[in-house]
Amino acid sequence: MRGGVGTVKQLPDSRSAVVTRPLQRHAVPCRMSAALIALLSVSGCSGGVLDAQGPIGAADAKILLNAVGIMLVIVVPTIIAILAFGWWFRASNTRARYRPEFVYSGGIEVVVWGIPTLVIMFLGGVIWIGSHDLDPFKPISSPDKPTEVQVVSLDWKWLFIYPDQGVASVNELAVPAGIPVHFSLTSASVMNMFFVPQLGSMIATMNGMVTQLHLAADKPGEFYGQSAQFSGDGFSDMNFILRAVPQDGFAQWIATARQSGSALDRTSYLALCQQSSNVRPFTYRTVDASLFNAVVNQQLPPCPGPNIEGPGATVRPRLER
Amino acid sequence: MFGKLTWQAIPWDQPIPLVAGSVVVLIVLAVLAWVVIKGYLPYLWREWITSVDHKRIGVMYTLLGAVMLLRGFIDAIMMRSQQAAAFRAAGYLPPEHYDQIFSAHGTIMIFFAAMPIVIGLMNFAVPLQLGVRDVAFPTLNSTSFWLTATGALLVNISLVIGEFARTGWLVYPPLSGLPYSPGVGVDYYLWALLISGVGTLMTGINFVTTILKIRAPGMSYLRMTIFCWTALAANLLIVAAFPILTATLAMLALDRYLDFHFFTNEAGGNMMMFINLIWAWGHPEVYILVLPAFGIFSEVISTFSGKPLFNYRSMVAATMFICLVSYMVWLHHFFTMGAGGNVNAFFGISTSIIAVGTGVKIYNWLFTMYGGRIRFATPMLWSMGFLVTFVIGGMTGVLLAVPPADFLLHNSLFLVAHFHNVIIGGVLFAAFAGITYWFPKAFGFKLDEGWGKIAFWLSLIGFYVVFMPLYVAGLLGMTRRLQHYDVAAWRPWVLVAGIGIIIMICAAACQVVQFVVSIRRRDELRDETGDPWDGRSLEWATASPPPPFNFAVLPDVRGEEPYWEIKRRAIETQQLSAEPKYEPIEMPRNSPTGFITAFFCTMTGFALIWHIWWMVGLGIVAAYAVFVWFAWRDVTEYSIPAEEVARFDRARRQAREQWLAQHAGQPA
Ligand code: HEM
Ligand SMILES: [Cu+2]
Repeated sequence: MRGGVGTVKQLPDSRSAVVTRPLQRHAVPCRMSAALIALLSVSGCSGGVLDAQGPIGAADAKILLNAVGIMLVIVVPTIIAILAFGWWFRASNTRARYRPEFVYSGGIEVVVWGIPTLVIMFLGGVIWIGSHDLDPFKPISSPDKPTEVQVVSLDWKWLFIYPDQGVASVNELAVPAGIPVHFSLTSASVMNMFFVPQLGSMIATMNGMVTQLHLAADKPGEFYGQSAQFSGDGFSDMNFILRAVPQDGFAQWIATARQSGSALDRTSYLALCQQSSNVRPFTYRTVDASLFNAVVNQQLPPCPGPNIEGPGATVRPRLER
Repeated sequence: MFGKLTWQAIPWDQPIPLVAGSVVVLIVLAVLAWVVIKGYLPYLWREWITSVDHKRIGVMYTLLGAVMLLRGFIDAIMMRSQQAAAFRAAGYLPPEHYDQIFSAHGTIMIFFAAMPIVIGLMNFAVPLQLGVRDVAFPTLNSTSFWLTATGALLVNISLVIGEFARTGWLVYPPLSGLPYSPGVGVDYYLWALLISGVGTLMTGINFVTTILKIRAPGMSYLRMTIFCWTALAANLLIVAAFPILTATLAMLALDRYLDFHFFTNEAGGNMMMFINLIWAWGHPEVYILVLPAFGIFSEVISTFSGKPLFNYRSMVAATMFICLVSYMVWLHHFFTMGAGGNVNAFFGISTSIIAVGTGVKIYNWLFTMYGGRIRFATPMLWSMGFLVTFVIGGMTGVLLAVPPADFLLHNSLFLVAHFHNVIIGGVLFAAFAGITYWFPKAFGFKLDEGWGKIAFWLSLIGFYVVFMPLYVAGLLGMTRRLQHYDVAAWRPWVLVAGIGIIIMICAAACQVVQFVVSIRRRDELRDETGDPWDGRSLEWATASPPPPFNFAVLPDVRGEEPYWEIKRRAIETQQLSAEPKYEPIEMPRNSPTGFITAFFCTMTGFALIWHIWWMVGLGIVAAYAVFVWFAWRDVTEYSIPAEEVARFDRARRQAREQWLAQHAGQPA
């Protein structure tokens, strides 16, 4: 983990990033996946990770499909050979020649070590390049200044802080479409995983640490987001909607947020901190600018677990509903 | 007096665990009562519970694994039905219960179903294949088994007293730490695995010693069967990996019991350390399971193709290659923790390199079939099912080893489908193949082939119907461990998986019927020759079931396929080798050490879970005392007189004479 325990990593100045790659969707046509396997095609067109709606998701999905393609080149013939050999050499087939002495062949030995090695070398290249290009910490090159969002996972809801705009929201995330978003993420309690399947890469959130993630949505739309790391009894409701809106829509959303809701300061944070699940989305009018860092530095202590005062709570604690 | 243990520990208010628990308790009591009333208790005690015979221990391990497999399967049925019901609804299992079920399912399946079956089959077959009379440390072997049973028992006690962990099968902190899991669930997990882990480590030491040091005359390393090689590799992995597991879980226990801060959020604890350590054990663990499975398939495919294994040496090399590389890949379980491009790339590539070794094996099996004369008996069907299924599972594994792809699929149902694809298609199919293959050796009669084949086809179809939809659901973004969900696109796939589980239930029922039918028809299915499959390795050179000493005279090994060669020689010369000179055989005496130690360990574990400190002290002292008492024994062996040995072997020779008469004039 870069940044280390209990330290805050300086957020990179995204303007200094070299503009080499225009923000553009690497299209993954449904056609292509359909040609691969039916399974992939089904999921390629209906809101999953193959139906990518942003550059990162598209690039991830492209690598995924390429890797499957590379492997199918040897996997399909292998499966066919297994079935064919099994069928042809069945004991009842009198036309098959029984060759019990055929137990070694140097040529075959070379081929069986060689072919998988070659495939893996090829795939190794894909892995090496992909790991670096799509490192979640790596900024997306774009002429636009990315939207900054600080993410705090709590038991069991998501807090999104907009440091530049001074507002915050819970279980609802609005971002301008077509502009990269830079997420800085931490956790107030246990580990979680921030994941918007259609936008791409997920990343862990951990207490006392900051991870980073760069995503972007190509077009306006609503995308399902969730935690991809089990975090306790309220986990199943720990999801949110990421709303990619046009630029002016975003300004409007911020303006609305500034007018309603309460203020997020240390006191209201401590209230939010308590375990709760299935929390309806809401927004905070203002936000304490140092809150995120205070959570990361543990100036604000980790949020508490279940209440252990109740009878039997240290035997079988129950989720309060 | 009883620590945290009060009547409240029993879930009176939760009908499902209460009813399930009572049924289990009733069944156990009924079986016990039946055993006592029928007067089987002394027999069980003498011949099984205190037995140090590797074959008996192997059978008990396998039986324990099979029972736990059923328990884990019931958990699976509950999870699949809950998810089928819980679309925009609460389903019938509340989160605090559902979370226990998936945690218990994973824990039970890996530690108390798959491991015992694999270790059981190794116990049964390895000494026979090496041509020896027992493992290096027979009493230790019995102790290992009973400690494993202790762990299984503790996990199952949690069903009725208290709760099980609700953290997933690898109890990641900080969720598993005291602040977020104040209940006893994680403690059950910890002590069950700490105790059974010691047992597993001792098994590892035992088998490494046995394979390296105790082999029949002439059995050089490169004449051992591939099953023995894979057992060696798996046990080397156990010896190196299980201490990591024990240390890691011990650290978590210190966090929970003595307020240490290894993995806590505060005071400099680091949960990433836990995740690294647990996977430094966890990845080798999957190879501990699957390498012996590869070994079983190697035996089965070669036997039923009527050919030696193709490229034997290459197979050995691939096994040891996998054994080594499986230590260098653990980080692929958390690419999404943000380690950075270089680290992720390194571990991604090292992971896919393992697939080379696996690929080599697949092709060697393929060419073993080439030019063979394949008999599709049940074990061979399982092997064919494995070959096809495992290739798919391996492919999705390598896909998950590509970090950008894993960024989309980590912790999704795609991941769940991957590891079930390799564990069911690899380990479980091997377990069924191995059980069907060696059953006649262990009990003297074959399993019913008809029911076996039905069970195979239903399992195969059921597997695909359950898990292929989960691949799709994963690609649609569905994450694992959801108690309920709202996304409509996932629903059809979850429902199909729910239908698949019905097929799996039928498959499991057929397996049970297969055993019942076979036991009832055992006289028809009797195997007199000791060699029902026309086998090639030494376990078939002795009677079915083998006498306690396995071989009247240790075999003289002259090649890679000793029994095949013995048979060929007999057919060529039209006679068996001359009757040897029989000598008395010394065998280790039975000992209750293992059982009693495990009894006190169970007591200690239970007391630790419930903070009953006096009982902790008592249990530890008593367990240690048993060990001292055992170490002090004077008589360690008993002698089987030469006449007894001769009687056994002459009966065996008679059966082989008959076999020879049937094969008169036939080419080998
Ligand atoms: C071709 C060889 C294999 C490769 C390349 C491979 C790769 C992987 C990868 C990369 C993951 C992590 C994915 C993630 O968490 O996002 C994974 C998970 C897993 N694999 Fe495999 N795998 C292979 C074979 C096996 C075998 C043979 C087994 C078991 C017998 C196995 C059991 C598992 C299990 C249990 C998990 C997930 C555990 C968890 O997260 O709870 N894998 N595999
Ligand atoms: Cu692994």
